[in-house]
Amino acid sequence: MKYEVVMGLEIHIELATNTKIFCTCTTAFGGEVNTHCCPICTGMPGTLPVMNRKVVDFAIKAGLATNCTIANFSKMDRKNYFYPDLPKAYQVSQFDLPICEKGYIDIEVNGQTKRIGITRIHMEEDAGKLIHDEGGTGSLIDYNRCGVPLIEIVSEPDLRSAEEAKIYVEKIRSIMQYIGISDCKMQEGSLRADVNLSVRPMGQVAFGTRTEMKNLNSFKSILRAALHEEKRQIKEIENGNIIVQETRRWDDDLGKSFSMRSKEEAHDYRYFPAPDLVPIKVSDEEIISFKNSLPELPQARINRYINDYKLPEYDAKILTNSKDIADFFEEAIKYDVPPKKVSNYIMGNVRKLMNINNDEVPPFTGEQLAMVIKLVSKGTISSNMASKVIGFMYEDPKNPLLIVKEKNLGAMNDEGALIKIIDEVISQNQQSVDDYQQGKKKAIGFLVGQVMKQTKGKANPQTVNKMLVEKINNLK
Amino acid sequence: MKVTKETVNYVANLSRLTFTDEEAEKMAGQMDHILRYMEQLNKLDTTDVTPMEHVKPISNVFRDDLVVPSYDRSELLKNAPNQENGAFKVPKIVE
Ligand SMILES: [Zn+2]
Repeated sequence: MKYEVVMGLEIHIELATNTKIFCTCTTAFGGEVNTHCCPICTGMPGTLPVMNRKVVDFAIKAGLATNCTIANFSKMDRKNYFYPDLPKAYQVSQFDLPICEKGYIDIEVNGQTKRIGITRIHMEEDAGKLIHDEGGTGSLIDYNRCGVPLIEIVSEPDLRSAEEAKIYVEKIRSIMQYIGISDCKMQEGSLRADVNLSVRPMGQVAFGTRTEMKNLNSFKSILRAALHEEKRQIKEIENGNIIVQETRRWDDDLGKSFSMRSKEEAHDYRYFPAPDLVPIKVSDEEIISFKNSLPELPQARINRYINDYKLPEYDAKILTNSKDIADFFEEAIKYDVPPKKVSNYIMGNVRKLMNINNDEVPPFTGEQLAMVIKLVSKGTISSNMASKVIGFMYEDPKNPLLIVKEKNLGAMNDEGALIKIIDEVISQNQQSVDDYQQGKKKAIGFLVGQVMKQTKGKANPQTVNKMLVEKINNLK
Repeated sequence: MKVTKETVNYVANLSRLTFTDEEAEKMAGQMDHILRYMEQLNKLDTTDVTPMEHVKPISNVFRDDLVVPSYDRSELLKNAPNQENGAFKVPKIVE
């Protein structure tokens, strides 16, 4: 039987404020255990939390950037549960009146635009960190993260594959970075996703029973966890078992998920309005002024790249996926180099190196990339050598001209030596020469390749091509 | 609505409390009594009354996003029943 997977995501994003949501402690990452704490964020009795204005501003911006309706009236609620990472025994969150509701974003899946609904975005506080000391007699708690402001973006169950889920998270991350409300550093936990997943026989309207996997903090783990859970559920159903609604923990090292029944009983949160925090009112005028203050969003940038720089839509979409890369691109084209050339290098060499090194930005500047492109257009280096220069520049971001000199990567401009190599290649590859002469024009590519190999890639392939053609034509 | 002993034990469990059978029985009766008393409110006609979202008639109390040095850690840990290396220590949590 064919199955369809149905997924909804809850994405937690840490906001880039200076202070925590209800107190004046710093939100700086790291820090000695329990040194970013005060009586408010450690839940001492009798303390009075006061809302950080910036948290509300950021949540409204996030809502507007995802086409949500902003609530004129919103309030905070207490979500009650016992776990030592939460010193008050409740988390301050939003229940029935969240700040943003009913939005959507459009994602690109296999060249098609798909709209993913956003159910709601609400504000809440982060919890502390449990330090499980192996073999120790207890658990230790660090409350530095406790009270750091978060927004939770809840999607509709509109996602139909692990790949779609990944694209959706990438898009949300890119939007949040563009509007500057979070750095979304996944390795520091600034963006975490909970994946709700169920499967159903293709064509069935009713949803299957879903499971939830919490706190996935890399694109890779979101993708792997979703794929694994999809397979697991289908297997269970095929074996005649039923899916139990539960929370599962994904272990990225083992590539497996585990049932967490221990947490199940606590799912009765008994929400009630936070008595110490007053409601939040936002006027229509304020919403309009927030709307006007939003920076250029990815879609607007895509349009600008297509119209002003004449880039293909494909390039524009990839470049704007990350704000850092789009900024890098825009810096490079300031130096009078063709935008399409810059785009090719970024999408090719640069992106490949970034993937290998797991980097979000290249270590060199857009200006340096522009310099490499100019070295090629001036004939100082061959286009083959350009990728080597970029490789060296990635390891050590020096001036590219210096790299060319130090590593002796300059183009082979010594005509005499080149002619000699070309003659050799022609005499050693008579078959290809014959093929070419008999009209198989593709055979020239092989010969160019042979010459490039002999020159260790230093010759300019266009020049070699031209010289080879002339030479072979003269042989007739 | 009749509050049962099971309801009492369920709520007690969420609050990390344990009762003897006798206590739960007694508590069920008392809670039932309280809820019945509150049920009188359901008899009122509230069609034209706007729901109250919050007890206080004020809104928008905010502070600016300015960092103030945090507390001295030893002060914060003073009342902790148990501590280790600057951290609060609790009975072992098993996942
Ligand atoms: Zn604090």
